[in-house]
Amino acid sequence: MSGILNSSIGRKFAMALSALFLMVFLLQHFSINILSVLSPDTFNEVSHFMGTFWVIQYLLQPVLIFGVVFHFVMGFILEIKNNKARQISYAKNNGGANSTWMSRNMIWSGLAILAFVVLHFYDFWLPEVTTKFIDGDMSGLIDPSNSESGLRYYEELQHKFVDAWRVVLYVIAFIFLALHLLHGFNSAFQSIGANNKYTKGLKTFSKIYAIGIPVGFIFIAIFHFLNH
Amino acid sequence: MNLNLKIWRQKNASDKGKMVDYPISDVSPDMSFLEMLDVLNNELIEKGDEPVSFDHDCREGICGSCSLYINGEAHGPDRLITTCQLHMRTFKDGETIVIEPWRAKAFPVIKDLVVDRTAFDRIQHAGGFISVNTSGNTIDANSIPINKQDADDAFSAATCIGCGACVASCKNSSAMLFVGAKVSQFALLPQGKVEATDRVLNMVKQMDEEGFGNCTNTGACEVECPKGISLENIARMNREYLSASLKG
Ligand code: HEM
Ligand code: SF4
Ligand code: FES
Repeated sequence: MSGILNSSIGRKFAMALSALFLMVFLLQHFSINILSVLSPDTFNEVSHFMGTFWVIQYLLQPVLIFGVVFHFVMGFILEIKNNKARQISYAKNNGGANSTWMSRNMIWSGLAILAFVVLHFYDFWLPEVTTKFIDGDMSGLIDPSNSESGLRYYEELQHKFVDAWRVVLYVIAFIFLALHLLHGFNSAFQSIGANNKYTKGLKTFSKIYAIGIPVGFIFIAIFHFLNH
Repeated sequence: MNLNLKIWRQKNASDKGKMVDYPISDVSPDMSFLEMLDVLNNELIEKGDEPVSFDHDCREGICGSCSLYINGEAHGPDRLITTCQLHMRTFKDGETIVIEPWRAKAFPVIKDLVVDRTAFDRIQHAGGFISVNTSGNTIDANSIPINKQDADDAFSAATCIGCGACVASCKNSSAMLFVGAKVSQFALLPQGKVEATDRVLNMVKQMDEEGFGNCTNTGACEVECPKGISLENIARMNREYLSASLKG
């Protein structure tokens, strides 16, 4: 088992595990966000729970951050190694004849997602950390001195989608996410060695996920833009 | 047919090399691609020029020697064939055809269109065999019953001719389809299972040392492979490798 990350297949396996972990996280994130459309009160309660329950804050959140960082750092390492394996490129290469655009451009869709993750941290994570750990306000209330003021999460979410430019950036990012996942999700199964009689079902499932989840996020962003 | 060929010319391994234009006329549509190059080379020799070097041997799609990246695809635009099985009728009269060697760090160019594929041999030496005593007391292979599906899958994997089209087509110059086929061919059969753990570890180690890239599962190799070797073989190699790493 030692040094498995030093082998090509080991790195590929680790990449796939981090990716599958992100797929689970994304589904969880979506499930909570869609509550903001269905029931603002439930959304507020679940957000408050997520933001204050210690298991999530101090155990799962660090694991998530590690997973994201590991994924894109490993993505860069693989990209650099793979570029080194062909030093002279072809004068004419017809990649479209044998593979999808998505599969050949994982690094570009990945970089677009990374840019979005930075914006997203600035939008939600930084203000959240500031409120909770710098201002020391763990109440989750709109006005911490007034317990009748209600939970703040839904209102904060709505405020973010007032600017059209931000909604446009979110939509673009989710299109890149869909492109990344259209190749990536199914690819992760192949990487961990799961290419067998279930392959057809997995392919269909990963396609539905890869399009459905980003479209869902886009719907939520536009919904709040139109309804704030 | 009249064609305009753009061919990679490189005197030796250390030469920088460049693309050179060669117009060629009166090509028969029934010629194979290699026969067309033979005609070109005869013309070059008559003119006192250096003929274009390219690999070939059986000229019937079984040895894996012929290579060539033709118009941006390994073995040209047709499927499930080698370059010796590619016919000129695939192209249009007046077309420009770009001909390049396999490009991979692990396959350095020796001359013109000829590349050094001994990296594949070294991977095979690392484990692509079974250790049996063949000196007079060989056992009939058919005496061991083998599940039909496993036998078929092993046989399909064994059709790999080691041509290197998978490496040439892969955006990462990955050799995983080749190694996956070689690993699978043995891993599926009782005779191969004995050394399966060491085999996959050693072959993958050698593959990595040769400087081949990683697999991104684009599937280009499977599409361009003249023998239709399936990506399932890479998945099987991944499984074999992971379980071998846990054991070893
Ligand atoms: C943060 C920026 C990101 C970057 C820079 C990035 C980069 C990459 C790269 C380069 C690959 C291809 C690796 C290879 O050669 O096989 C990849 C694969 C993948 N990525 Fe990302 N990615 C990012 C974010 C994400 C996110 C947020 C998700 C899902 C929620 C995701 C899901 C996947 C999946 C499923 C794969 C396929 C894994 C496999 O083939 O085994 N990525 N990523
Ligand atoms: S797997 Fe296919 S393309 Fe690769 S070496 Fe074998 S026959 Fe050639
Ligand atoms: S010359 Fe043998 S396969 Fe083409």
